[in-house]
Amino acid sequence: MGNNLDALTTIFTEFYYWVTVVFMFLIHVGFCMYEVGVSRRRNHLHTLMKNTMLIPLVTITFYFFGWWIYWALPNGPWITGPLLLDAAAPNSPVSQTMGTNLQDHITGVFWAAFLLFSWTVASIVSGSLIERVKSGAFWVIAIMIGSVTWIIDAAWGWHPQGWMVKVLGYHDAYASGVIHAIGGGTALGVLIVLGPRLGRFMADGTPRNFVPHNPWLVTIGLFLIYTGFWGFYAACNVPIISPEGIGGQITGATWTATTIYLTPTTLSAITVNFLMSLSGGLMVAYIISKGDPFWTYSGGLAGVITASAGNDLYHPVQAFFVGGIGIWIAYKLHYWVENKFKIDDAVGAVAVHGYCGFLGCVFAGFLLWGYPSSPYEGFATINPLGNTIGGFIMFFVLGFVPGWVVAKILDGAGLLRVPRQVELMGLDFRTLHEEEEARQEVRAAEKALV
Amino acid sequence: MGSTWAVDLANIGPVYPWLGSELIMVIVAIVAWILWHILQIRQEENEYAEDIKEYGSKEGIKKALDEHPS
Repeated sequence: MGNNLDALTTIFTEFYYWVTVVFMFLIHVGFCMYEVGVSRRRNHLHTLMKNTMLIPLVTITFYFFGWWIYWALPNGPWITGPLLLDAAAPNSPVSQTMGTNLQDHITGVFWAAFLLFSWTVASIVSGSLIERVKSGAFWVIAIMIGSVTWIIDAAWGWHPQGWMVKVLGYHDAYASGVIHAIGGGTALGVLIVLGPRLGRFMADGTPRNFVPHNPWLVTIGLFLIYTGFWGFYAACNVPIISPEGIGGQITGATWTATTIYLTPTTLSAITVNFLMSLSGGLMVAYIISKGDPFWTYSGGLAGVITASAGNDLYHPVQAFFVGGIGIWIAYKLHYWVENKFKIDDAVGAVAVHGYCGFLGCVFAGFLLWGYPSSPYEGFATINPLGNTIGGFIMFFVLGFVPGWVVAKILDGAGLLRVPRQVELMGLDFRTLHEEEEARQEVRAAEKALV
Repeated sequence: MGSTWAVDLANIGPVYPWLGSELIMVIVAIVAWILWHILQIRQEENEYAEDIKEYGSKEGIKKALDEHPS
């Protein structure tokens, strides 16, 4: 910190990211509530622990290797350059900047912001698999996406020097592709191997409705996810930086907020666009689902997800329509895929995150066609083909394929799915049974005292 | 870091204990992480096997479904 302005900027930036981390914690609270609400009563403890324990597991593995990956792999490696070992060194778990270090206020809190993205992407997969996946298997999948595959995609398409940004002109400011498409793609890959819950489909293939045991928990959970999403949006920005600090083509001395690509935007603009895309999603979802609360709430989320790739630059009306169109397509696709391929996605994550995330990349490619993807020279401009290829890489190459392969390996080892008898009894059966016995014992003891 | 705060903070960097032993600490933590998965998977498999042994007959499953229908 050379002078008072530098010191103030550094401390402000440190505090800014800290606030986003606290806000983003609500995303996980919301996902837990949502999943537990959707699950049947005899499975809800297992469902809760499955999602809760990804927190420590993704945290420690993101510390061990996830954060290093982000800084080491922007070039591929060997697509636009080598492994960036020097850039990655201060972000390795053995670096002195990862501990209490009075010369570094940013590395730790920036790590934490990215870590919360990691929890979110793993949590997206979690909901799809409820009521039949083994916890141990899910946690391996959570570490795969939370500390390996998503952070590879972030290095490629969500880093100022990422090869996808340079070569494809890929633009995904608030992570339609890098978080949501990969999350949905991974969920789909795992679901194909895992199979539907027992009894989910009739003999003729017609799906049965597994009624959520607590719709209030589902709705409050989704409200909390919306709330945490504010923190997510803010965390995707660099809050304040000078043109000199960026070191690109921007002239003059006006400080600005930027996206992760260091392209200028404002917190104000992304706040308006967040709300407009949320509104577009909610309004269309309400109409197409005929007022179904589950789909209406999910539609709000889907609206934001679809517009996220371009919400740094869209006009509010564009954000509104992009959000609405996204959930309309995803809703139709969800039921078509469910009926055609008998995919049992318990929370609609593949549609809301996967399809909308991919669509968000495609839409941004068209609407922002010709905009610079970077403040630096030599980068491709934003274009439909680059963003569509980018969305495909996120959803399929880094999402679906690793999810399917790891699920196949786990399934081959007999570790993926709970035994049939246990699934039928309910994953919480023993706990519920023991609790009931304890209640009966207390009641009997109390009656004896009458 | 010494034993006093009577220093110019501009000259102070890392202050955590066991400075220089980061690699050893990380290796120990990684081993603990891997062991946790092994223990957890064994525990989960044993629990399912016990549940099936104790309650997994056709009658037992039907009783469980009656007790916990939702």
